[in-house]
Amino acid sequence: MTDQTQTGAMPRPRRAWPRIRPARGLGFALLALLALCAVAGPDLVGQDPAKQSLLDARQPPSAENLLGTDHLGRDMAARLLSGAQLSLSLAVLSVLTAGLPGTLLGIAAAWYGGWIDRLLTSFADAVLALPGLLLVLMLAAISPGSWWALYAGISLTLWVEYFRYTRQRARIVMAEPAVEASRLLGLTPGLIIRRHLVPEIGPGLLTIAAFGAATAVTAVAALGFVSVGVRPPTAEWGVMMTELLPYWREAPFLILQPVACLVITVLALHLSVGGMRRP
Amino acid sequence: MTTARPFLTILAQRALQALIVAFIVGIVSFAMMQALPGDAAYRIAAGRYGYDMMDAAAAEAVRVELGLDRHWIVQLFDWLGALAQFDLGRSLVYGSPVIDEISVQLGYSLLLAAGAVIASLLIAVPVGIAAGLKPGGLVDRVTLAISIFVRAIPAFALGVVLVLAFAVQLKLFPVAGFRGLEHLVLPSLTLGLGLAAVSNRVVRDAVADAMAAEWQLFARTKGLSARLSVLRHVLRNASLPVVTYVGVQMAYLIEGVVIVETVFAWPGIGHALVHAIFARDVAMVQGTALTLGLIYVALNLVIDLACRGIDPRTRSA
Repeated sequence: MTDQTQTGAMPRPRRAWPRIRPARGLGFALLALLALCAVAGPDLVGQDPAKQSLLDARQPPSAENLLGTDHLGRDMAARLLSGAQLSLSLAVLSVLTAGLPGTLLGIAAAWYGGWIDRLLTSFADAVLALPGLLLVLMLAAISPGSWWALYAGISLTLWVEYFRYTRQRARIVMAEPAVEASRLLGLTPGLIIRRHLVPEIGPGLLTIAAFGAATAVTAVAALGFVSVGVRPPTAEWGVMMTELLPYWREAPFLILQPVACLVITVLALHLSVGGMRRP
Repeated sequence: MTTARPFLTILAQRALQALIVAFIVGIVSFAMMQALPGDAAYRIAAGRYGYDMMDAAAAEAVRVELGLDRHWIVQLFDWLGALAQFDLGRSLVYGSPVIDEISVQLGYSLLLAAGAVIASLLIAVPVGIAAGLKPGGLVDRVTLAISIFVRAIPAFALGVVLVLAFAVQLKLFPVAGFRGLEHLVLPSLTLGLGLAAVSNRVVRDAVADAMAAEWQLFARTKGLSARLSVLRHVLRNASLPVVTYVGVQMAYLIEGVVIVETVFAWPGIGHALVHAIFARDVAMVQGTALTLGLIYVALNLVIDLACRGIDPRTRSA
């Protein structure tokens, strides 16, 4: 609940973490690949993710089924791609839904101060009173299996971070003499924000967006995995893990596929903004 | 780190947070109740008298008795009023008081949470110190890479992988359930690894900072050996940011408990919550979510007080 970066003590010189520059490139490359998969979807392998064929259940990879088939004989590759479509589109949507209002409200809170600031900050604190996933879980429980509940719940928990970050940075920027002078000169808020604030908060917002997207992808899969989120027969990575868990002995490579997809996606998002950041 | 706050302010802030938790959980549970399909009076009557003994008259009696015919806003205040008196009601599925169910589950969840924190510290502290003593060294770089990778694995996926590796292939630990302490190993390790993936970097930063501080140079100049100066000064100074950070991780811990309990069929509150959502047992959802939320607040309070204990500077004012 406290601003850890705003301390009275002198900032101590901190040695930068060792940089792994190629890692960031790897993150971008993986993201591009995932985006391609999500946009193309199951068409990429030309299979129907919902088509069952019980005689061909749990087949190893072949020319027709590139990654084998699941316990109902459905094509794994098509289902994984369909899952990528669902997770990534939901992640992008909720990051945008959370990011735009979160950032704008943060600027508004810093710009106007007073009761507007207090009201918005209290609302943000209220959202943070519960751990994020618990809130998403409960909101999803109001109408189980609904895509909208998932989307609304994730967006609601994600906006707070944009708000708190933007508000804190904007308060510092607003106090700068240059900004004060601009305000006195009567420059429009839009101009001041573009010239002074955007360069200051831009990179930080990108980092928050990448980690937020990773949170969203994880939350969708976690809820699907515990049978509270997306429902079968929809192809979703968490749901697939639940479905394939009973077959670990006969076909461990099946259950590991959605796990790998999930880990690669989260890893790509983390790497693309430098790998490590403390929440 | 945290600015100096008087003892009472800390208590008041956390008490307010607890109230907000109860309010949010109450409202959402009420919404869940309203969203249930079908007629609530019929459902409750069936729960009381059994499906065979229940008829329209019984349902009507229930409706009048419980006031289900009133406007929903009135019912909402009723609902929140009951919550304020710690009346959590009865499980819609089992019929037993929610509070009885939770008092059994609470112990298991706290055991798992404690196991997770201990596991994370056992991993993070040695690794972080090793990395922080030589920033930029081989240990530092390798542990950074491993941390980034482990952090990208969501708790439940890590749980599945650990089950496949340790319980199924190597047969070292039991897969799921709880019959003895050996059942605690894999769930704790799952959560502990996730926590340690980030907190070992915090330890590393704190140690690196302390090593670069001027008083450390002074300690060495006055003749303390490197070993003694690390033991006496570096570790104590480095512990405050670490404890503060464990506080930040409490959200991850609570979220992790919910999911990981389900993976390992651990008989705790998180498992009960997920189960109740699936079974549409609103009273249990409310009770378990409230308990998890309050544990979260209580853990934060403990961390606040621990920081006061470690650093005398935060005690002033």
